[in-house]
Order: sequence, then structure tokens, then C-alpha cells
Amino acid sequence: MVPIAYYLVLAAILFSIGAGAFLIKRNVITIFMSIELMLNAVNLTFVAFAHMWHQISGQIFVFFVMVVAAAEAAVGLAIIIALFRVRQTLNVDQVNLLKN
Amino acid sequence: MSNNLLALLPEIILTLTGVLVMLAEPMIAPGKSRKPLGWLAILGTLASGFAAFYQLQIVNPGRPITAFYSTIQVDAFSIFFHLLIASIVLVTLLASLDYFEGPVTHAGEYFALVCFGATGMMFMTSSVELLMVFIGLEISSISTYILAGFRKGQATASEASLKYFLLGSFATAFFLYGIALCFGATGSTSIGDIAAKLGTTSTPLLALLAIAMVVIGLGFKVSAAPFHVWTPDVYQGAPAPVVGLMSTAPKAAAFAVLLRFLFNAAPAYRGHWIILIEILAVLSMTVGNLGALLQRDVKRLLAYSSIAHAGYLLVAFTSIQQDAVSAACFYTAAYAAMNVGAFLVLTQLSGYDEQARTLDDFTGAALKRPVLSALLGFFLLSLIGIPFTGGFFGKFYAFSGAIHNGHIGLAIIGLANSGVACFYYLRLLAALYTRPVKEDAALLPTRRIAIPAAIALTATAAATLALGIVPNHLLNLVQRAAPVTLPSLTVAPPASALPPTPATEVTP
Repeated sequence: MVPIAYYLVLAAILFSIGAGAFLIKRNVITIFMSIELMLNAVNLTFVAFAHMWHQISGQIFVFFVMVVAAAEAAVGLAIIIALFRVRQTLNVDQVNLLKN
Repeated sequence: MSNNLLALLPEIILTLTGVLVMLAEPMIAPGKSRKPLGWLAILGTLASGFAAFYQLQIVNPGRPITAFYSTIQVDAFSIFFHLLIASIVLVTLLASLDYFEGPVTHAGEYFALVCFGATGMMFMTSSVELLMVFIGLEISSISTYILAGFRKGQATASEASLKYFLLGSFATAFFLYGIALCFGATGSTSIGDIAAKLGTTSTPLLALLAIAMVVIGLGFKVSAAPFHVWTPDVYQGAPAPVVGLMSTAPKAAAFAVLLRFLFNAAPAYRGHWIILIEILAVLSMTVGNLGALLQRDVKRLLAYSSIAHAGYLLVAFTSIQQDAVSAACFYTAAYAAMNVGAFLVLTQLSGYDEQARTLDDFTGAALKRPVLSALLGFFLLSLIGIPFTGGFFGKFYAFSGAIHNGHIGLAIIGLANSGVACFYYLRLLAALYTRPVKEDAALLPTRRIAIPAAIALTATAAATLALGIVPNHLLNLVQRAAPVTLPSLTVAPPASALPPTPATEVTP
């Protein structure tokens, strides 16, 4: 059997990759994907802990996270489309109208 | 009435109102006024506020209403925040009734989204199960992401919306990871269970990491430095009434969650998280106030000021339990009154297109709009913390609590920051009353103030003044609210648990 710590370490690595990509990447879609990666790392953590505690509530939580992530994706993509219509770019470095 | 229904009555009313507004929106012919929908939303918010007030009458100190398998807990603490959020939403809706007349064809969505967002915020404050807190947080966040980009034709609006969305989701991921680790350390996501098990957990490192992650996630939401980077951009690009709403109501809800989580679920680690809170407070105050000094755009200036105020509010957290919670609650209410007021005045001053943006544009505004300028001046004085305004007592309780508990350095940093803050608030105030250099500085529209907006402005000004002169009414309410967040609910009610006045009068 795979020890629980392996899952947790994998989840932590995924979360860190997601957070790092969020900060480094310049394409809006890629940034958005890195957020999804972070959420999935959280899901993996939940499932691992649910297994460890023999508690179903951790797995229930995962379903809610997935549903909410889907709702967030719908709104997020709509915002990205609205931005693309007015700016014709997906590069965050060129989305820089708001400054002092 | 069943317990479940009673516990969620304010949320249910607001949700139904939002759905009704959404359904009615397409029935109204394009080009027709959307004001009736606005009035519907206002009625719904009023009803929701009254429902919360009704709950306040029947809830006993120490005996909260629990519902849905103890995931929802209605107590004086949650009701206080319900009333506060309902009041903020009410004045925002009143002030934006005429704001969307004319250029906007989809104002009904605005009214519905405000209702949905408020539902989420209310949910956050009454949930004692982190799953429900998360859902409430998302309901409120997703609504505000859309509201931030409401002027969708403008490039700045989409940009603000995108930045808010990306950083908000980033923060949510941290918050969720914190919950996951908390679940790992205790085997539960219910605040009561966490409180019972966190102190004796066999993995204290996991618990510490969990608390830090939750604080980071909520730190983004309350725009505490160093998680504040989105704030100035979003506040600059979003419509002024929306900024008034989202700089106060979601923050109040996030602070409520933070209070419940830190004081109720994690008292065992107080020694550890207090260091984290102190760092956040010092950084927020310093970054906020120094950043505001450099701003020329008035909305950006107020954004940095809101970062600083998040810092002052965090100072209150360093006090002991009961003082901390009541001081933080009081500060949230006072801050809400004056900040919503300031942004409502900006809404009136600069109009829908917001041609007037910078300090130069507002120079000499008092010549053209004397009443509005005077009001803005009053709100700025309150944000400074001049006596006889709500801002003064907010700061007073926050700092005195910190001093009493030996955090003297923190209080000194806070007071020094308040001194720095005077400079930029007074610079804006002076600009309002200076004769403009060029005569054609006619960017300010000269529309008459509509009656609903006038009511909203009067209410916020009255609330700011009332909190500065007779803070006792609100103080009684928050002192009744504070013991709820004690780890065990068996505490005796405070001696001052007098029947409080309706907060709708005290804190619009």
C-alpha cells in the first residue's frame, strides 16, 4: 500500500507548481490553468486525508470544490472573453491600463 | 417555523429577491428604465434586514439557533454581521438606482448580483462548518468578480474584473488548502470539532500550516499587505458604487470568518497566529499609508487607505478574546459607514463615466458641488479618525485593546501611521476647496442628486456621526456578539447585554 505521506507530498508539489506557474506565466489561460492545478492539489489532499481518517466528509468536500471550480471557470472564461474583445490580447503584461 | 427555515431566513429572502429580479429583467423592454427592479431589490434587502433583526429578538445569549446538522449557527455575532451587510447593500442599492439610468441596458443584473453577493457574505458569517464558509465565500466572490467589470465595454473594467478574478481564485486555493490541512490535523471541517481537537492534535506542524494558509487566503480577501496587490487596480477600474460595496461588505464577512476561525477554532495556537497577525497588521498599515501618499487617482488613493484600514482592524485582533472581537466588529461597522459614504459621494461627484479621476480633476469641486464636497470632507475626516466621527472610536478601541495587552509597539506604529495618513486625506480635502488652476476643469457632471441617493448619503453620514457621538448602542450589540466566539458557549452573557437598538439605524 502506498503510504499517505506520498499523496500529501505529491499534492504539496502540485500546489507549489500551480502557485509558481501563477506567478511566472504571462498568458491568462495558462494562469487560469495553474489555479485549477492548485485546486486539484487541494482535492488530492482532501481525498488522502479522508482515507487516513476513514471519514467520508473529506470526499464530499472534493465534490463541492469541483462544482465551485466549474462555476468559477464559467465566470472566469467569460471575463477573459470580455477582456479579449476590448484588448485583443491574452498577455497579462499588455493588460496594464490601470496604474497611477 | 422550522429551525432550518428560521436560521436562514435573511439569506432565503435575499436569494428569492435576486432570482425574482433576474426573472423580471428580460420582461422589461430594452431601453426601459430598470428602476422598478432596483426598488424590488431594495425591498428584499429591507425584508432580509428585518428578518435578521427578528432573529436578534429571539436568539438567547449562549443559546444560538443551529440548523442543518449544526452547520449553520445563528447567534448575536452572525446577526450583527447580517445587519451590517444588509445595511451596506441597502445604501449601495439606494445610491445606484439613478446611477445606472441611461447608459446601461442591463442594470437588472447589477441588482440581482448585489443580492446574490450579499447572500454569500451572510452565509459566511453564520456558517460554523468550513465547507459552508467556502461556499459562501465563493458565492460572494463570483458575484463581486462580475460586478467589478460591470461597465463591460470599457477596457479598464474588464481588466479590473480579470485581476480581481485571478487573484481572488488564487486566494481561494490557499484558503482551501488551509481547510484541507486543518481536516488532516483534526479529521473534521466543523469549527466546533476543530476547536476541540486542534489543541491536542498529534501533528501541530500541520495545524500551524493550516492556520497560516487560512490566514493567507482570507488576507487576500480583506486586502491585507502583502496580499493587497489587486486592490488599487480593481478599485480604480470598478464602478464607484461597486467599490463602495466590495471594499466593505465582503471584507466584513471575511473578517467575521477570520474572527470565528482564529478565536473559536484555533485558540490553542494563539501565541503563534498572533505573530502572523502582527506582521500583517504592520505591513498593511505601512504599505497602505505610504502607498496612498504617491497616488494621484482618488479611487486608488482610497484603495490604499482601505489597505491601511485593514491593518488597523488587524491590530484589534491582538487584544484578548472579548475585547478583540468587539473592537474588530465595531471597527468594521465604523469603517463600513465612512468608506461606503466616501464612495457614494464619489459616485455622485464623478457620474457613470467617471471622467473625473485624479486629484486635479477634483480641485475646486466645492465651488460646483458644495454639499457633496462637504460630505466627502466629513468622511475623510472620519477616515483620519477625528473625534466625533465613527473612525475615531474604531481606532480608539482597536489601539487601546492592543496597548492593554502589551502590544505597545504595534499601537505606536499604528498611531504613527495615522499621522502619515492625515497627509493624504487632507491633501484631497484641500484639493476640494482650492480654486482650480485652469477654468475648463469641467469634468464633474452637474446632475442633481436623486432622492434615493440623498437618503443613502444622509444615512451613511448620520451613521458615521452617530458612531462618533453615541457609540454605546452599537457597542452593546458587539459586546453581546463577542462571547459567541469563545471556544465554549457556556459563558455568561455580559452585564451590558441591554436590548440593542436596531443596527439598521445605527449602521447603514
